[in-house]
Amino acid sequence: MLRLIKDTLISQVVTLWRVFVHAFDKTDTVEYPDVQPQMAARWRGRIILSRDPDGEERCVACNLCAVACPVDCIALQKAEDDEGRWYPEFFRINFSRCIMCGFCEEACPTNAIQLTPDFEMAEYVRQDMVWEKEDLLINGTGKYHDYNFYRVAGKKIGGKDKGEARNEAPPVDVRSLLP
Amino acid sequence: MAKITVDGIVYEVNPQNNLLQECLSHGLDLPYFCWHPCMGSVGACRQCAVKQYRNADDKIGTVVMSCMTPASDGAIISIADAQAVKMRSSVIESLMISHPHDCPVCEEGGECHLQDMTQMSGHNYRRYDFKKVTHRNQNLGPFINHEMNRCIACYRCVRYYDDYAGGKDLAALGAHHHVYFGRQEEGTLESEFSGNLVEVCPTGVFTDKTFSEHYTRKWDLQTAPSICTGCGAGCNTTPGERYGTLRRIVNRYHHDLNGYFLCDRGRFGYGFNSSDNRITEASLVSSHADEKGVRKPLTQQEAQRQFDALTAGDVVGIGSPRASLESNLALRARVGVKNFYAGFSAEQQRCMQAVIAINREQGLHCPDIRTLEQADCVLVVNEDITNTSPRFALALRQAVRNRAAQLATDARIPLWQDAAVRELAQNELSPLFILSPQGTRLDDVATETFLSTIAQQVALLSAIANTIDASVGTAATDEDSAEQARRIAAALISATKPTIVSGTSAGSEALIHATANVARALRKYSVQSAAINLCFAMPEVNTMGLALLMEEGGGTLDEALQRLARGNADAAIVLENDLSLRTTPAAIDAAIAGTDSGSAVWVVIDQLHNSFNARAQLLLPVTSFAEQNSTFVNYEGRAQSSHQVFPADAALRPGYEWLTPHDPLSPLLTTSETILFHSAQTLAAFAGAEKLLPPRTGMQALMKSPRQLHRYSGRTAMHAHSNVHESKQPTDRQSPMAFSMEGLSLQKDSSLLSAAWAPGWNSNQAISKFQDEINGELKQGCKGVHLLQRTLPPQSAMAVNSAKAGKKGTFVVYFIDHIFGSDELSAKSPAITARSVGPYLCIGKSEATALGLHQHGLARVSNGDHVVELPVLIRQRIAAGAVGIYCGAEINRHLFAGSVSVAPVNEDDNVLARSRQMFSDLIINDSLINNSESGRG
Repeated sequence: MLRLIKDTLISQVVTLWRVFVHAFDKTDTVEYPDVQPQMAARWRGRIILSRDPDGEERCVACNLCAVACPVDCIALQKAEDDEGRWYPEFFRINFSRCIMCGFCEEACPTNAIQLTPDFEMAEYVRQDMVWEKEDLLINGTGKYHDYNFYRVAGKKIGGKDKGEARNEAPPVDVRSLLP
Repeated sequence: MAKITVDGIVYEVNPQNNLLQECLSHGLDLPYFCWHPCMGSVGACRQCAVKQYRNADDKIGTVVMSCMTPASDGAIISIADAQAVKMRSSVIESLMISHPHDCPVCEEGGECHLQDMTQMSGHNYRRYDFKKVTHRNQNLGPFINHEMNRCIACYRCVRYYDDYAGGKDLAALGAHHHVYFGRQEEGTLESEFSGNLVEVCPTGVFTDKTFSEHYTRKWDLQTAPSICTGCGAGCNTTPGERYGTLRRIVNRYHHDLNGYFLCDRGRFGYGFNSSDNRITEASLVSSHADEKGVRKPLTQQEAQRQFDALTAGDVVGIGSPRASLESNLALRARVGVKNFYAGFSAEQQRCMQAVIAINREQGLHCPDIRTLEQADCVLVVNEDITNTSPRFALALRQAVRNRAAQLATDARIPLWQDAAVRELAQNELSPLFILSPQGTRLDDVATETFLSTIAQQVALLSAIANTIDASVGTAATDEDSAEQARRIAAALISATKPTIVSGTSAGSEALIHATANVARALRKYSVQSAAINLCFAMPEVNTMGLALLMEEGGGTLDEALQRLARGNADAAIVLENDLSLRTTPAAIDAAIAGTDSGSAVWVVIDQLHNSFNARAQLLLPVTSFAEQNSTFVNYEGRAQSSHQVFPADAALRPGYEWLTPHDPLSPLLTTSETILFHSAQTLAAFAGAEKLLPPRTGMQALMKSPRQLHRYSGRTAMHAHSNVHESKQPTDRQSPMAFSMEGLSLQKDSSLLSAAWAPGWNSNQAISKFQDEINGELKQGCKGVHLLQRTLPPQSAMAVNSAKAGKKGTFVVYFIDHIFGSDELSAKSPAITARSVGPYLCIGKSEATALGLHQHGLARVSNGDHVVELPVLIRQRIAAGAVGIYCGAEINRHLFAGSVSVAPVNEDDNVLARSRQMFSDLIINDSLINNSESGRG
């Protein structure tokens, strides 16, 4: 008899006690959307196009994000301003296809395309998940604050002449024979 | 055959070649920069280093440059040897020291030989911490972008541009690490073949400016094997499309024809496809009384219904030398042979009949372009080939170097030792004689240029034929021309591969017969009775195709217009043809008046708007070469397939679809394949053409070839702005290709080579992976089908009526062609328009002085009935008693054929300034022009 009580009843009481104690634990449920979750900065969510520290569009329309994309959901067209700077004429992401893999961010040579911690992208109409450049472009540098591709690249653009990029000597004078 | 050992594996090689070429021929990956399959080796870049061992016992070996080492029998080399690998990676590291951080904003990126070779050599991190050398760029004109920072100084550009293509204005300038590849001063590149720099340059120094304006990476282009429509040479091209517009044209290797190079008209003349001038919808002139003359757009179904209703009765059909063979065949089938008329001018048609007969004659041979390159004595008769069939001119620039090849062979120098061969030969060139009314762009390599009118040329050709074979032709009347004839005849007789090149652009039948007579006379001396090379350049892509079709019956254009003028037809269908270029305005006006009185209608099917088709009642838009499957026949009679690159706009249809009555039960009747197959079965002239159709066996019967590379991007986003639900890829029922990246892999089946790509080889240099050996045939590609067989026995020389001389006080007119502007379609491309000039009059210096004309002033040109005022270009090198007229699109050349009188016009400074501006763009080998105007040396 005692053995029966020890094997069953005590177990029941302990269980009840544990359930009761849990009533005072910190709750795991997040009151979303009233309480916003804390996302890690490296979370791969909504994709943005950033600007360089000078406030210009970082994207140079090199097409590397589009070719890296495993679901082919990025399409863009290169354009060029009068002074040689490349930029996308249009830049479109079909978020209804995007799998948030982040390959585009890895492929981007200018840190223009970045994935952000924002994940709130649900729409009632699928067509609304197609985002154009105007929807994607933000007014800041995003996660990478200092990088400006054109300060490194050799191509001449407005405001940066030949020889003014990082680690560049002034343009050579072809007519000089001096060493 | 010799044997060499590469990394322990024995390969059979040709000992005449170098190790690099043989390694690449056997599919081995070995990086290189300065070597080019067409230009031999100079050993400048040191990138192709390999280890060579003296014998099997030698375990140490020496590093050698494979491009400078002959593939001699028993050679033992190693590509994978650690020292050789180290050497190659050090070399590329040094080459990259000053290379800018540019790839994302470089048009070459993704198809860059430098990127490929860097990957192959294993260099990935710049350790050099000092400053990069930078350069200023030059504006090189509307075709080529210049970004000198990217240069690795391999010298390929100047070796191509100066040594291969004969350009004078691109050079290696500066010294040591300041070396600069550009022009002495900024300005348009003069060579007609400058576009090949884009493919020859292994980096992004020279890139395609027209492509950059709507740039797309190579992997994103939809491409298909196509044929250039710029002239009748039939060069193979690869056009590329993205987002529904044609983006660029690059070369597609063809062993017999264009090889690795195109001319600038072919490469940059694609812009008309998406120009504002394009006919984009069908339209009908309203016949209602209250809105008479108003042109109303029609939907495709309405247009087809109207077309069928209007052309139900007795219909005249006028074909076109620039429409595909299928469209011409469909028109012929629709209207019947009796009602089918050629779209040639009258003299062009007579010339074509003569040329076809000559091309059927035994003992003569129509050389392909590769054979032209091998000629050791060339006679060019009248045709300004640099401007009418430019790829020939590039081939002749190689032909004159056969003397150098001969000297090198005698001195036992391998021909791939480019610098040594050039050093040995210095300025020794094979004989090239040119008969031309004015100085030509080939004069700098010509032995002699005889400035002569057509009549003088006919006389001289007769004298040459007579000197070669006294039973032919007539001897020269004066001692000068007898001496000229002897010089040319002697050179032709002593040559082993004498070659004669002419063309039909002068429209002179006598000249064609006189030219053929020289070839016929030469047969007596031909080495081992080899056939004598004789070819005629054709002005349009399908001139030969239409001429062959006319062999099967049909009338001339004049007959068609006369019949229409009599009101003897219910309708006229004009297929892709601007008749105002083919005949006089009076003949067209009479025909239109005749149809108006009989209330017959004109239906014009065309690509671009022009003054002629604006007068048509029903105008139907037609697809361009890139939007349809078609067959074109080149100057040799070689039929080649041109495949559709991208689906056309819904309103556009190929000519053969408009013309073939639609049968919903058998829609396949309207495909190009069915039409071609049917004609091959029924028309003798096209027997054998069915060999062009893709085999229906093996893998090809089950799978289609993809038009897109396997890394085509953006499929789920490119149309998402209009509809997020992706539609199915367009299906292609007509051809063995698919609008898709799926299908037969290029590595398995390259019979339809949409774009040259192989693993590790993203640039066009990947073509070596598809050749059976370097410079050899494509492994699987179709070379086309020869439709002309040599069935006629050798003919004796024909009697030639010499042309009449002009009246006293008048000048004999010859017409000038320009590579940029003379071709109807390409002239409407923005880049070509930027290089073309308006109509002008060309006159010799002494005549101009006698008449009181000034350089760039105005002259009144008159032939009695018609008068026109033209800017004057005074040239030093022009036949006495002749004036040249460049008509452009503005002047009808049929009005001024024959002879004209010229008088000065009082011009003001504005006119002078305007024409001076115009002529400054004109590039002519003529000291008078170049020195006085642009200061070019």
